[in-house]
Amino acid sequence: MNTTSPALAQIWSWLEEVVDPEIPVVSVVDLGIVRGLSWCEDQGEPKLTITITPTYSGCPATAVIKQDIVTALSEHGITHVQIETRLAPAWTTDWLSEKGKRCLREYGIAPPQRLGLDSEETLTECPRCGSKNTRMVSQFGSTPCKAFYVCDACCEPFDHFKCH
Amino acid sequence: MKKCGMRNADRGMISDSTLRDRHPAFRISFFDYILRLADSCLILSQRLGEWCGRGPVLEEDLALTNVALDLNGQARLWLGYAAEIEGKGRTEDQLAFFRDAHEFRNLLLVEQANGDFAMTIARQFYFDLWHSWLLNELLYSSDQRIREISEKARKEVQYHLRRSAGWVIRLGDGTEESHIRMQHAADELWQFTGEFFETDALDNAMVQEKIGPDPRMFQMVWMDRVKSTFAEATLVLPETGWMQRGGKCGIHTERLGYLLAEMQFLQRAYPDAQW
Repeated sequence: MNTTSPALAQIWSWLEEVVDPEIPVVSVVDLGIVRGLSWCEDQGEPKLTITITPTYSGCPATAVIKQDIVTALSEHGITHVQIETRLAPAWTTDWLSEKGKRCLREYGIAPPQRLGLDSEETLTECPRCGSKNTRMVSQFGSTPCKAFYVCDACCEPFDHFKCH
Repeated sequence: MKKCGMRNADRGMISDSTLRDRHPAFRISFFDYILRLADSCLILSQRLGEWCGRGPVLEEDLALTNVALDLNGQARLWLGYAAEIEGKGRTEDQLAFFRDAHEFRNLLLVEQANGDFAMTIARQFYFDLWHSWLLNELLYSSDQRIREISEKARKEVQYHLRRSAGWVIRLGDGTEESHIRMQHAADELWQFTGEFFETDALDNAMVQEKIGPDPRMFQMVWMDRVKSTFAEATLVLPETGWMQRGGKCGIHTERLGYLLAEMQFLQRAYPDAQW
């Protein structure tokens, strides 16, 4: 579009430094929230449009994430940014990258195994000791995307990122 | 049951431009219909929020408020769409905070008081079951935005249903005390479940436009699931007598006024105040 506009690949890498405010080890890219980037011209000025998909309808982190994206890009000189929210297809934990899952586990949150809610309880591995001898304590945890578990092998409680 | 559904019907798409071309009367009906979807989510969310800090155990405190949060998010999506359809410059916040009780279109069930934990769970179970069927049907709406919001919301609501159905069974098939309370709650709120399946002129107009399903088509499926859950919970199916009605048309129980007084106070006292 404009020869001075940064390449989209460059912008993707900048966005990989914007993290989820409630899970500060996973970037918005690894979380699968950012669905697309495009440049267009708006009254002679290059404008960047970012399409994002919210995780949960009421997740309060969404507003903060939008603001963080705008701030991060302005630090790289991109000030004309429009953020569009797209609902469909609905966000799913299948969009979480392998890197994102690894970061979650290292942080102490059991990543979602696979889509399908019914057998979730039997599949969840303790992020600390790796045991599958775990059980759900509560279907909801500290944020809408997590459930609360305990490991019966090492007796530690942990959060599980729900399959969604 | 499928024959009156929308799944096999031709799906005529309604775009923004066709909405603009529609007769103003259609716009008003459509606005009203979206408010029905929005207000049940909003009012139940507010009720569940009343549990914040008072849950019977910490995990349930979190669960109740997380469900409230999901429903609040869904209400915002619906209200935002309603505001667009109305096209009079009102925002989702203005629709939430500056309407009076008679302008709300929520089901009577969701405005009922929290009562004890069993009452809250019975209300949630009846609602979740209806809500999840409704959203599944709305995936086939002729209106694109309705399909999108429903796709998003339905995954959350399926999760809510797992929890509320699980609690009905635990409390019903629990101790003597929890059984008595669960049965009492199930009986007490039964009179508000008839409204799920009531069909009026607005519903019929939306069925005709393939925008929404005929509520009567849920009844048997809903009842079957209630029966099987209650059987597992050792609860007796309540006897169907007089069913309360009116919420969908703005005729509410007195409880809604008190709820709105609390929910709307800040915006009424300090209009357009921002965080």
